[in-house]
Amino acid sequence: MKKKLKICLTWMTVLVFFAACKKHEPAPPAIFYDQADQMGRPAINTVFISPADKDKFNGTTPTQMPAAFGPEMKANMLALNPGYTTNLLGLTADQFIGVLSTDILNASATGKTTFYDGTNVLTGRALGDDVIDVELTLLFGGPDGHANPGLTSDHVNGNDVPFLTAFPYLANPH
Amino acid sequence: MILSCAFVAIAGIVLAADHNDAPSVKGQTTDITDLYVFQGQNTDNLVFIGSTQGLLAPSATSAAKFDPHTLIQFKIDNNGDNVEDLVIQAIYHDGKINVYGPVRPSHTGTRTKIEKEDLIGSVPVTPYGATLPIVATGSNGIRLFAGPRDDPFFFDLDQFHKVVAGQASSFNNPGSDTFAGTNVLSIIVEVPKRLLHASTGKLGVWLTTSTQESGHSD
Repeated sequence: MKKKLKICLTWMTVLVFFAACKKHEPAPPAIFYDQADQMGRPAINTVFISPADKDKFNGTTPTQMPAAFGPEMKANMLALNPGYTTNLLGLTADQFIGVLSTDILNASATGKTTFYDGTNVLTGRALGDDVIDVELTLLFGGPDGHANPGLTSDHVNGNDVPFLTAFPYLANPH
Repeated sequence: MILSCAFVAIAGIVLAADHNDAPSVKGQTTDITDLYVFQGQNTDNLVFIGSTQGLLAPSATSAAKFDPHTLIQFKIDNNGDNVEDLVIQAIYHDGKINVYGPVRPSHTGTRTKIEKEDLIGSVPVTPYGATLPIVATGSNGIRLFAGPRDDPFFFDLDQFHKVVAGQASSFNNPGSDTFAGTNVLSIIVEVPKRLLHASTGKLGVWLTTSTQESGHSD
């Protein structure tokens, strides 16, 4: 019994010793990462942000974007289409920029996911969505989507190779 | 060397979905090309695709690598306040991509760290030239892929540039897809929707890349 107790105490000492050693190891320093690029919806930074501000935009959190970039995005939009009134969604320039200036991609967790399919608006972005035609139509197409017909579609209507129906969905590289 | 010069020359005139969007990321491992979020083949799941390093010609694709010092993150707002409530993080390590989350991040905003406790799996990077993609399944049934893929984006960007520059008044019909025949490096994660806790049924998602702060040697 005594011997058992002694062995037990010895082991406890050893354990305490190791525990103490571990305690004295310095904790590894936390490694931080600084944001370099970001993207929500396609082509927001490339089309609506002025060249001098593109890096700044990439380092701005979404909550800060409307105040920081809303005015210049509106000016750049009106430079592209000076005749903008409203668009197919019925949005004025200020309302449209209000939507675009928080650069987050909306996605439904309960139903169909599409950038725009004529019925659902901004419920995700599927691979086959012609996001450029949607954006061109909202930018140039006026209230009924039919204004500036030469500018509302780039007439590239799909990818150059088929997507996969199953994971990982994207085609093999060329 | 000649190839990489040619690539830089091409990259200099092309920017698009988010390809080469800003001076400091252009041509870097941090350069995002695109983000997709859509319902999976199994409609109980959402698929997140984040791609980087765009406009890779086939001849340049095998040399394009994920960077062990570039953290790629899907940031997810699940309550409508435009602040990330969950993140899915991916970073290269030793031939594989480690994936963490979805987890509430310890730091929101532009300075973040890897949520190391929440590793959900790893997937070997599919090499260029592989006949089949290498896929893996992490915890919670989350599916993972990382590697070169066809760039899914399509756009007659050259004609758009001519329109913006006043050299053309309209698009051509048919147009010409500037991204045809080019590749990107993609991270693809398929996640059961129940793990995303979308209280209103809606999510807000954005993709970020971040660079490891200097002064650390891994």
